[in-house]
Amino acid sequence: MSENNIERISGRAPDELRNVSIKAGVIKNADGSALIEFGKNKIIAAVFGPKEVHPKHMMVSNRAIIKCRYHMMPFSTDTRKRPNLSRREIEISKVIREAVQPAILMENYPRTAIEIYVEILQSDGGSRCAAINAASTALADAGINMRDLVAACAAGKVNGQVVLDVDDQEDKTGEADMPIAMLPNKDLITLFQLDGNLSKEEFDRALELAKIGCNKLYNLQKDALSEKYFNENNKKEDEE
Amino acid sequence: MPAVKKHRIVDAITLDSIMSKLSDSKRTDGRGLLDYREIEIETNILKDKTNGSAKVKIGDTEVWAGIKVETAHPFPDTPAEGVMTCNAEMLPISSQYVEPGPPDEDTIELSRVSDRGIRESGMIDVSELCIKEGELVYSVYIDVAVINEDGNLFDAVAYAGTAALLEADKSKFTIENDEVKMLEEREKLPIKSLPISTTFAKIGDKIIIDPNADEQEIASARLTLVTDENGKYVSAQKGKPGGFTFEELKELSVISKEKGEEIRKMIKEAVNNGA
Repeated sequence: MSENNIERISGRAPDELRNVSIKAGVIKNADGSALIEFGKNKIIAAVFGPKEVHPKHMMVSNRAIIKCRYHMMPFSTDTRKRPNLSRREIEISKVIREAVQPAILMENYPRTAIEIYVEILQSDGGSRCAAINAASTALADAGINMRDLVAACAAGKVNGQVVLDVDDQEDKTGEADMPIAMLPNKDLITLFQLDGNLSKEEFDRALELAKIGCNKLYNLQKDALSEKYFNENNKKEDEE
Repeated sequence: MPAVKKHRIVDAITLDSIMSKLSDSKRTDGRGLLDYREIEIETNILKDKTNGSAKVKIGDTEVWAGIKVETAHPFPDTPAEGVMTCNAEMLPISSQYVEPGPPDEDTIELSRVSDRGIRESGMIDVSELCIKEGELVYSVYIDVAVINEDGNLFDAVAYAGTAALLEADKSKFTIENDEVKMLEEREKLPIKSLPISTTFAKIGDKIIIDPNADEQEIASARLTLVTDENGKYVSAQKGKPGGFTFEELKELSVISKEKGEEIRKMIKEAVNNGA
């Protein structure tokens, strides 16, 4: 990075992520699940399915349907959030579903539903990206056939500087936020949103940065899955 | 959280003709891949009750926008700023696939994306909409109704909303002895920018602009990019369960700016003619 960096509130470098940890298989009753801690975000995603479609008329004869609900707990925000789904949550549920759907081999599960539940327990900036990483890990944990994992990360502009992974504090004072999700193997962007103010150069730079961030998240997801399935210590515990 | 709902049905013949034309980089209505349909913009069409109005047609898509400027309490975290909201509504007359009732997730997305375009561009200077700090501010309601649906609602709603705003006015006020008095005299809204939305759709490996209803239905992915007159990108939204590559996004960001310039001129001209 260039030398004339502007100090970020959090003290991070412009291309530095917040602390991220992902743990696969945290909900026993779900077919697949993951807990992600992304900065102050604390999010659980759980996957059920492939299962019977309800209501039945939503069934599709040659593929699975994907349902997704992004929901914030009333205690997850600074001031209490009303428990029912807001318009924002409905829109985010839709964009998360559309971001992970291209990765799922839906044609392998005709006449079924795959349900993704995202519960925000504590929110920080970038919760939709964190949620996609958790949902993707949970889908893989559920053994759903996938083309690739879906990695997500935001880039943005704060104090005139293009930075990776905008947090809540930066989002409030910053000039732009651009969340992105991608299938890293296929180089395909499946979530793309922007609000703020970016020049063409900043737009391209933010895309590049977000891509770097996505690749880091991709590796963290793979680590979380290997930790659950290939770690010798875990295996022994299971046997006991 | 519906994943499958009553969708537009594109019959096999239409699908075939769209696909075979696209393989020659042509479209069924004779357009090139990056041509808009004819855009008609008319302002000041609902003079008696609205404070600003516009009708926009893009091909057979038709939307009407009405502005209401009222007064309200400011939000506690922004005591010196006015309020603006943009809302889009799908009328049951607009298509056989639309039923009356609460908005579905597509309509909510449409509303929120049009709202973000106007809000993030700073089109309305909300700091100039303050009447009495912490007590009274102007609130600008932009309501857009979809009258007839033939694809690309994201652009149609954005053009109608912004054209109506350009033309809208509000009542002046005075403060006497600490008491606010609204006057009969009117003035224009504090407009600082004119954001323009452009929408693309990806069918197979071809990318088209301004998709009609059939093209939109069979597209794998959709992208709306909003630019302002300084060439800045102020808002974007990818829709539908497919994706774009990095190269495609960079390419489309350039096209979006060029098309935005042309359409910005059209809207300004229409507002001058209507006023």
